[in-house]
Amino acid sequence: MTREMTHAMTHDGPDTDHRLDGMAQGVLGRPEPRPEGALKVTGRAVYTGDQQVAGMVHGALVRATITRGRVTTLHSAPVLEMPGVLAVIDDARLVRFSGQGATTKPPAGDAAEVVYHGQPVALVVAETLEQARHAALRLRVDYAEEPGAATGPEEPAAEVELPEKKQSVTGEPDAALEAADAVIDRIYRTSSMSSAPMEPHASLAEWQGGKLVLHSTLQMLASAQGQVAAALGIEAEDVRVLAPHVGGGFGSKLGISPETVAAAIAAQRLGRPVSVVCSRPQSMETTSRRSETLQRIQLGADDEGRLTMIGHEALVSNLPGQKFSEPVQQATPFTYEAAHRRVVHRVARVHRLLCASVRAPGESVGATAFECAMDELADKLGMCPVALRLRNIPKLEPGTGRPFSSHKLAEALTTGARRFGWEHRHASLRARREGEWWIGMGMSSLVRVNTVMEAKARVTLSLEGSALVETDMTDIGTGSYAILTQIAAEMLGLPMGSVETVLGDTDLPASSGSGGSFGAASTGSAVYLACLELRSKLAEAMGCPEPELTLKDGHAIHDNRKVPLATLMGGAAMQAEGHLIPGEAEDKARQATWGAAFAEVGVNAVTGEIRVRRMLGTFAIGRVLNAQTARSQALGGMIWGIGMALTEELVHDARDGHIVNRDLAEYHVPVNADVPALEVHFIEERDDWAPMQAKGIGELGICGAGAAIVNAVHNACGVRVRSLPMTVDKVLAGLVEIDAEAQ
Amino acid sequence: MRAFDYIRAGSCKDALAEAETPGTAFIAGGTNLLDLMKHEVMTPARLVDISRLDLRGITLTDAGLRIGAMVSNSDLAADPLVRRHWPLLSRALLAGASGQLRNKATTGGNLLQRTRCYYFYDTAMQCNKREPGSGCAAIGGFNRIHAILGASDACIATHPSDMAVALRALSAEVELLAAGGGRRQVPLAAFYRLPGDTPHVETVLEPGEMIAAVLLPPAEGGRQIYRKVRDRASYAFALVSVAACLRMETGRIAAAALAFGGLAHMPWRSAELEGALIGEAPSPALFDHAADLLLAEAKGQGDNDFKIPLARRTLAAVLAEATAEEGARA
Ligand SMILES: Cc1cc2nc3c(=O)[nH]c(=O)nc-3n(C[C@H](O)[C@H](O)[C@H](O)COP(=O)(O)OP(=O)(O)OC[C@H]3O[C@@H](n4cnc5c(N)ncnc54)[C@H](O)[C@@H]3O)c2cc1C
Ligand code: SF4
Repeated sequence: MTREMTHAMTHDGPDTDHRLDGMAQGVLGRPEPRPEGALKVTGRAVYTGDQQVAGMVHGALVRATITRGRVTTLHSAPVLEMPGVLAVIDDARLVRFSGQGATTKPPAGDAAEVVYHGQPVALVVAETLEQARHAALRLRVDYAEEPGAATGPEEPAAEVELPEKKQSVTGEPDAALEAADAVIDRIYRTSSMSSAPMEPHASLAEWQGGKLVLHSTLQMLASAQGQVAAALGIEAEDVRVLAPHVGGGFGSKLGISPETVAAAIAAQRLGRPVSVVCSRPQSMETTSRRSETLQRIQLGADDEGRLTMIGHEALVSNLPGQKFSEPVQQATPFTYEAAHRRVVHRVARVHRLLCASVRAPGESVGATAFECAMDELADKLGMCPVALRLRNIPKLEPGTGRPFSSHKLAEALTTGARRFGWEHRHASLRARREGEWWIGMGMSSLVRVNTVMEAKARVTLSLEGSALVETDMTDIGTGSYAILTQIAAEMLGLPMGSVETVLGDTDLPASSGSGGSFGAASTGSAVYLACLELRSKLAEAMGCPEPELTLKDGHAIHDNRKVPLATLMGGAAMQAEGHLIPGEAEDKARQATWGAAFAEVGVNAVTGEIRVRRMLGTFAIGRVLNAQTARSQALGGMIWGIGMALTEELVHDARDGHIVNRDLAEYHVPVNADVPALEVHFIEERDDWAPMQAKGIGELGICGAGAAIVNAVHNACGVRVRSLPMTVDKVLAGLVEIDAEAQ
Repeated sequence: MRAFDYIRAGSCKDALAEAETPGTAFIAGGTNLLDLMKHEVMTPARLVDISRLDLRGITLTDAGLRIGAMVSNSDLAADPLVRRHWPLLSRALLAGASGQLRNKATTGGNLLQRTRCYYFYDTAMQCNKREPGSGCAAIGGFNRIHAILGASDACIATHPSDMAVALRALSAEVELLAAGGGRRQVPLAAFYRLPGDTPHVETVLEPGEMIAAVLLPPAEGGRQIYRKVRDRASYAFALVSVAACLRMETGRIAAAALAFGGLAHMPWRSAELEGALIGEAPSPALFDHAADLLLAEAKGQGDNDFKIPLARRTLAAVLAEATAEEGARA
């Protein structure tokens, strides 16, 4: 017999109780290793592509080789004659690209309608993976092609929309700019980018008596379950999605992808389990990407560096009809003070792979460009870049007048500057040379909006003194297993080893999933609430108010009494569900995470090669739940900053929009040699407006870090590159120009 | 991947006999061939595995150094003789690929690795190298990594190897075996071909012929430098690379051998450039003149135009380093 209870909490306002600080177990916040870590490093963690089930066969997606048009004929017959080939699936339900996150709306079906080059149009199923891929490459497809499709956002043929809600004007920006003592008006560009998770997109579908069991590498299971069901035209209850281990997603696995639906349809058709593991090129070209951006940033300031005008115009792209557009200016309205403002947001309709959320949609590119412009302004004013930022920190949210839930930008800046040794930076350009290398320093603010999502989790306390945490949350390499275990262990007074966490199964209570940095705080809060409920019952049995109850090492303690937990449980296991519901808190206060990044770089005066020599980041993210996994997230964010600044560019062929560099040899993520010693410092804080006082850490590091590198390069060699990544060719052009002037 | 027969050769003789059947390819480390087979850029019907053949020796002879075709890139880079007398080769190897790849990659396979042209790898694109007569999608496409020297209207691809650039500067020769006992020795200079109208024919290797060894003439002395410019600090192919062997005598350049990677369909060497250096005292003007000679015929394709100034500057820096007086080197 199990006693069940629910504790639901609507997150409407601040919480000053900080209950977690009153617990006794002492595991929360500590750098606890991942409970599943050993499984992963010994290769025993079973990822989707590793799944083997009896009778399973393999599918490979067939790729469109036109940009726009319609499939007229699939020449299936010759392919069906090939060894091992079982079926060619062309079904109106096949989807064209990935779904967006946090929605049960599926991606567009009718894959025979081609809207970008590389789009999957069919699936070939065969006994082995090799046979399937071979046959998929051989399948001849006829198209009725529609020529003239725009593939680049700046092409005249590209239609441009201005979504009404994304434009805003405050005061008189043009007049303010006119009157300003110092003005910056520049265009910056960032590239199309890939999430490039290590684990390729993969699904294994099996039908069991009218129900679909789907192993799929996804970040958010509950919404994906809805997407699959809707795409297939069945009920969500008839779909079970499993993803106990996910090898990175970075946004590209928020929604389902073409192989998910294809596997399910094929399995149904053949009555056999079907596995579809995307090849690396298909993992990159059939899912989603981050939009390239063109950003015009205008800044006006008085001669003491007080901003009077902020203008931020962006041009991003997406397929026609898609609502998502890279929210470039998400943090622009509240990061710095300025009386006059203008935000313009344009979306060009292009026939390139879908744009969707990639780690830190918005600020990753928006704050990065903005922080480059801030550096240019500091330069113009002859002011220290740190001081310029400190001068413009708002007290209340500009425009709305709402309070900030917590605002640690100033502390992040000053602490970072001190720890980094910012005082050693030369204010003048080209001031430090070591052999062929110009050395310079740069910095930027980091800012990322913070949010929570609805989440449920179940915690069961057994009579043996162990606890089981269950939720459909995913661990995409971030440490969900570790922190959910820690939260339960802390709240229930159990050693880490006595708590087991089971994740990644839609049969379990629906969590927030992993995305938008909200996973730990949202699903963690659900676990916290479930444990709070269990504590109340235990306190009742102990005969004391819950806040006075101490739980530690499997015992309940109050006054002079110490008893094993089981003695309070009335002979039955106890179970509680925690349910976090986002409420008005988000409207009442502006919530964000804050930080600062500092970089020292070397620029080769001959070749323009850039080497980051060291980097430091400060991070104010509320309560740190696990010092080790939080640090890893911060490091990962900074490394993405290096990638954005220096190496990462998804190249689209200008003629047909197809992705040219579709593998990890040619899509350059930073490798170890590109990543120097990185230092991470957390600014201890409790954000009352965040449940558990904990905010997100998964994305903050990217939101500006690249600008620290761009700015350092300028400080080092005098070359200001406004188009990322700053590959050798771009830096070289600047160096050649400077050398010519010097002669 | 197309299904294939796999034959493990027990001896060179067996391997060569097996290779007489059309549609057969040798597989050594497999680090390039397997990728190409998975993408079906190459679709051999039969693979003859030569990785276990006894071609793993590195031996010093009167004629120089003999490197077996199956010597791994890692072993070759770490060899004490190589490190001592031909450090250029060791450095070039270590500048390539990654530790794991170098452990598998072989000397013969490295020489025969195919271009990294994106369009060559994508079977949906036109490519004269993959499919003769189909066209070249790189011309007018994204051609940042492509050739500025020796390209043709049929193909503008570059050869990706670092090792081969060093070997070219070291005046290496390749020893080739043919079925029936034929053996010939070809200077690397004559081994590779420019694309011309037949970019699919990359070397003078006849069908069924196997590389048995690479032969290095005795080391010349002087300074050896390998400098590679690439898009990230490691694990990226050369945009431009320069291999230099240079000897000074009383303030003048007495011997110079320079080879370039990333510029052409094969490691590039210019006798004119080298001739212009011999007997001269180093100076920025001389280096500039050398670059003029190297790049006189250079032609960019748009995205790779930057390689022209990059090659010029890198060459000058390498020459400056190679000719600097002892102690003055950075
Ligand atoms: C991601 C990545 C990055 C890389 N980066 C670099 C780099 O920066 N610089 C660089 O130089 N290289 C780089 N490489 C390439 C690597 O050096 C080559 O793949 C490797 O050297 C090939 O050797 P192999 O023995 O594996 O050849 P295989 O793949 O086995 O064979 C290659 C070709 O040579 C033929 N062949 C092999 N041996 C013989 C023989 N003895 N006689 C006749 N034919 C033969 C095969 O039939 C095949 O056509 C990289 C590779 C990868 C995958
Ligand atoms: S450059 Fe050569 S390899 Fe590349 S597409 Fe053209 S023909 Fe093919």
